[in-house]
Amino acid sequence: MSRPPLLEARDLVRIYRSRRGLTGAVTEVRAVDEVSLKLRAGETLGIVGESGSGKSTLGRMLLGLDPAQGGTVLFEGMALPRFGTPIWRRLRARMQMVWQDPLSALDRRLTVAAQIREPLDIHRIGTPEERPARTASLMTAVGLRADQGGRYPHELSGGQRQRVVIARALATNPALLVCDEPVSALDVSIQAQVVNLLRDLQGQKGLGMVFISHDLKVVRNLADRVAVMYLGRIVEEGPAEQIFAEPRHPYTQALVSSIPVPGRPLDARILLQGEPPNPAARPAGCAFHPRCPLAQGLCRTRVPALRVPEPGRAVACHVTAGAQSPVAA
Amino acid sequence: MDRLVEIRDLRVAFDGVPVLHGIDLDVAPGEALGLVGESGCGKSVTWLAALGLLPAKARVTGSVRLGAGELVGAPRETLETVRGKRIAMIFQDPSSALNPVIRVGKQICEALRLHRDLRGAAAKAEAIRLMEMVGIPDAPRRFDLYTHEFSGGQCQRLMIAMALAGRPDLLIADEPTTALDATIQAQILELLARLRRETGMATVFISHDLGAVAQVCERVCVMYAGRIVEAGPVERLFAHPRHPYTRGLFDAIPQMSGPRRRLVPIPGTVPDPRALPPGCAFAPRCTRAHDACSRTRPDLLAQPDGRTLACAYPVPEARHDSFSTERAMT
Amino acid sequence: MLRFVALRLARALATVIAVMTFAFVVLRLSGDPAQVMLGPDVPQEAVEAFRRSWGLDAPLWQQYLAYLGAIFRGDFGVSMRDHSPALALVLERVPATLQLTIPALILKLGLGIPAGVYAALHRDSLIDRGVILLAVAGFTIPSFVLGLVLVLIFAVTLGVLPSGGSGTWVHGILPTLTISIGGIGVLARFSRSAMIEVMGQPYIRTAAAKGVKWRNVVRGHALPNAAVPIVTLVGFMVGSLIAGAVVVETIFSWPGIGRLLIVSVSNRDLAVVQCILLLIAAAMVVSNLVVDLLYGALDPRLRAQPAT
Repeated sequence: MSRPPLLEARDLVRIYRSRRGLTGAVTEVRAVDEVSLKLRAGETLGIVGESGSGKSTLGRMLLGLDPAQGGTVLFEGMALPRFGTPIWRRLRARMQMVWQDPLSALDRRLTVAAQIREPLDIHRIGTPEERPARTASLMTAVGLRADQGGRYPHELSGGQRQRVVIARALATNPALLVCDEPVSALDVSIQAQVVNLLRDLQGQKGLGMVFISHDLKVVRNLADRVAVMYLGRIVEEGPAEQIFAEPRHPYTQALVSSIPVPGRPLDARILLQGEPPNPAARPAGCAFHPRCPLAQGLCRTRVPALRVPEPGRAVACHVTAGAQSPVAA
Repeated sequence: MDRLVEIRDLRVAFDGVPVLHGIDLDVAPGEALGLVGESGCGKSVTWLAALGLLPAKARVTGSVRLGAGELVGAPRETLETVRGKRIAMIFQDPSSALNPVIRVGKQICEALRLHRDLRGAAAKAEAIRLMEMVGIPDAPRRFDLYTHEFSGGQCQRLMIAMALAGRPDLLIADEPTTALDATIQAQILELLARLRRETGMATVFISHDLGAVAQVCERVCVMYAGRIVEAGPVERLFAHPRHPYTRGLFDAIPQMSGPRRRLVPIPGTVPDPRALPPGCAFAPRCTRAHDACSRTRPDLLAQPDGRTLACAYPVPEARHDSFSTERAMT
Repeated sequence: MLRFVALRLARALATVIAVMTFAFVVLRLSGDPAQVMLGPDVPQEAVEAFRRSWGLDAPLWQQYLAYLGAIFRGDFGVSMRDHSPALALVLERVPATLQLTIPALILKLGLGIPAGVYAALHRDSLIDRGVILLAVAGFTIPSFVLGLVLVLIFAVTLGVLPSGGSGTWVHGILPTLTISIGGIGVLARFSRSAMIEVMGQPYIRTAAAKGVKWRNVVRGHALPNAAVPIVTLVGFMVGSLIAGAVVVETIFSWPGIGRLLIVSVSNRDLAVVQCILLLIAAAMVVSNLVVDLLYGALDPRLRAQPAT
C-alpha cells in the first residue's frame, strides 16, 4: 500500500497488577488486551464502552503516556519512542490529548492566553513576536473572545474551559488528537457547541481524531468509524452509521438499545442482565457470555477472534459473526 | 385535581443570591413527574428546599404543602417525620450516597425502625425482602456487606430499597442514573418504572436526560434559571416543544437515527444567578427573542392544549403552522 | 489477616532496630564517656582502664554486635554512673512521667475532640471562631514558653500553685496543663476539619433525607467516619506518652523519664540513654501498630478481605 496510516496500534496489551485488600494475592488486570486499530489522517475513530472496558487506558497508550506490555504503536509508520525521551517529547507536539475535566487540565494560576501560548514557547513554534498573534487566532478558532484571554480558568464556564483546553491542544498544529470524554462533564446545550467545534476544526485541519466516550449519541454524530470495547477487547468495529443502525455483536446491540430515545417505550429495549463486568475477574471464553442472551457452549470456553463478516466490519462473536468469515488481520 | 404536594411561590436564595424565583408545582398521588433542565436551573434545589435539606445559609420562602401540613419553615422535628416516611429521596452518585462504614443491611434497617417501628429479626427480614425487590441477588448473604463491596448500579438499587423502607407517598429521584453506565441506567429506569406500578407511589424524576424522562414520566416540567418555563404531558410537550429553550434542548441532542447532521447548540451559556438578565432569562440565548423579551418577563400561562408556557414568542404549535407563519414573515 | 499482622510486626521490629542502631552510632561518635565520667584531670591509664572495663576499646562493629546480642538476651546493660541495671533505672522513672502524660492525654481527648466537633457543627459561629483562635494559639506557643508563662501567672503572681518539684498532685497541675494545651489545640483543629469534611459528604444528606434525627445523623453517621483520621493523631499522642514530657519535666524539675534522659545524655551514660530511646521507639511502634489495627475496625474499606 502507499501511505501508512496516521496511527496504527498492533496487539496492544496493558496489564495492571493490583493487590486486593492488604493481604490479598496479587491479581493481574488485563485493562487492554490485544487491541489493534488503524486511524487515517482526517478520520475520526470513536471508541465506546462502559467503565472497565479499558477505553481510557487505550487512549493513553496510543500517545505513549501509558506503557504497553505487549504490542506496538506506530505513528506515521514509525514505532512510538519511549515515554519521556526527547524524541517522544518532540513527537508529542504532533499528538495531543483532550481530557474530560478541563479544570484539572488547566493551571489555575495562569491566564487563559498564557496557557494557550505555553506549548508555542515549549516547542519553539514561531518567533516570540509572532506568538501573541498565533495565540489570538487559536482563541478565535475555538470561539473564545479576545477579552477572555486575560481570565483565569475558574472565571470561565465548563464549556469555555474545554475550549481553552482544545485551543492549547491545537497550538502545536498536531496531526492527531485523542479526546477522552471531552464533553461528558458539559450540559447538553454546551456539549453540542463543543462537538460542533471539534468537528469543524477536524474538517479544517484534517486532523486524525480518536474520540473516546460512553455517550453513543455523540460518537454516532462525530465518528467515521467506531470500535466497541468490552473488558479490554474490541468486540466490534465498523463504520459508525452501520454499527448503530445494525449492530452485530450482542453487546453492541444492547448498548445501542439502552440509549433512551423519546418516543420509544421502555420495554422495547434489550435489557442486559447482571452487573458491569469486573476487569479483575474476567470470565473465561467470551468475556461477555455471562450477560449475553445468545451465549452457547463454545462462548464459555473459547475467546472469539475478531472476524470480518463483510468488508469494513469486524465482530468478535461466535454466534453472530459466523465461523466462516475470515479472521481480521 | 387531587394533590399530594402543592408547591406555591417557592423561592430560595443562597447568601442573598436568589436561585429559585417562585416555583408553582403540584404532584398528584401516584403521578410520575419529570423535572428537566441543565445544571444550576434549580430542579434539585426545589426538592432539597421542600425537605429542608439545604445548608443553613439558604433562605427559603413560599409554601410547600403536603396534605394539611406546611413544610417551609416547619421545625426540624416535623421535617424529620416527613423525610423518608412521606417523601423519600435518592441521589445522583449512589456509591458515595451510602455510608461507607455502616453495613448496608443496617442502613436499610435504620429506615425501617424509624418509619415502621420494625426491629431485630423482623426488620432484617423486611430489609432482605426489599433488597430482593430491587433486584439485589443473594440478598441474605449480602445484608452484612459494606457499600464498597457493591457496584454503582447495585448501590443505587440499595438506595432505592432504603427509600422504599418508609413506604413513602412520593419518591424524589435526583439524577438517579447519571453516574451509571448505559446498560445499568436502562436497568435502573426499568426498576423505577416497575416499582411505581407495583407500589403506586408518586415519582419525581429529576434529570437532564430528556430521553430517560420521556420513558418514565407522564408529565414534565422544564426549568431554566430558577423558573419553570414549560410544563405539560410528556407526549405533547416532547412531540411539539413550544418554549424555545425546550426546543433548543431537543435540537442539541445528537440523534441515534436518520442522517448525521450538524448539531444545533443553544448559543451562549446559562446566566450567572448573580447577574440574571432583566426580562426573560433565556432571551440572550434565544433565536426567537424580540426586543420586548429582554424587558418584560413572560408569566407562566396555561395554554389551550393543557400545557403551561412562559414565552411571548413561542415556537408555533404544529409544523404546518410554523411553515405558514415563516412564509408570512418573509 | 495473619500475614498482615506478621508483616506489620516485622516492620515494627525493623523500625526499633533502626532506632537502636542510630542511637548507638550517634552516641559513640559524639563524645567519649570516659572523659565525661572521669573528668579532665585523670591520668591516661585510668581512662584506658575505664574503656577496657566497659568494652569501649573494641572496634565499633564488635561493640554493636555485643550490644545487640545482649539486648536479645534481655540484658540492657548497667549505668556507668552507679552500676545499677539501666532497665530498672529507667522503669523506675516511668510512673512519674505517666503521672503527667496520662492526665494530659485525657485532657487533650476530652477537650480537644468535643471542641473541634462542636465548632464544625456550628461552623462560622462565634464559638467556632473562638475555638479556631484558641486552638492556633495553643499549638503555636512552644511548651517552654507556655510553661514559663503559666509559672509566672500561677506561681509567681498569684502564688496559688508551686512552680516546680513533685510530691503532691498539686505539683502536677502546671506541668500537665503545659503538656496538654498544645495537644488540645491540635486535636480541636484536626477534629473540626475532619468533621467538616464528613458533614459535607453525600451520605450525610442521605441520612437526613431518610428521616434520621439530627443528633443521630451526627452520632451514628458522621462521627464514625470522622474517627478514622482522628485516630491517627490520637495514636501518635498515645505513642508519645513516654517521650512527650522531656521539656516540661526539665522546666518543672519533675523526676520522670525526660529528666533522666537529659541527665544521662550529658553524662554520656550510654546504656541508660539507649534504654530510654529503645523504650520511646517501642512505645511509638506499638501505638502505630494499634492504630493500624483500629483502622480496619473503623473503616471496612481498609480491612483485609478475600477476593469475592
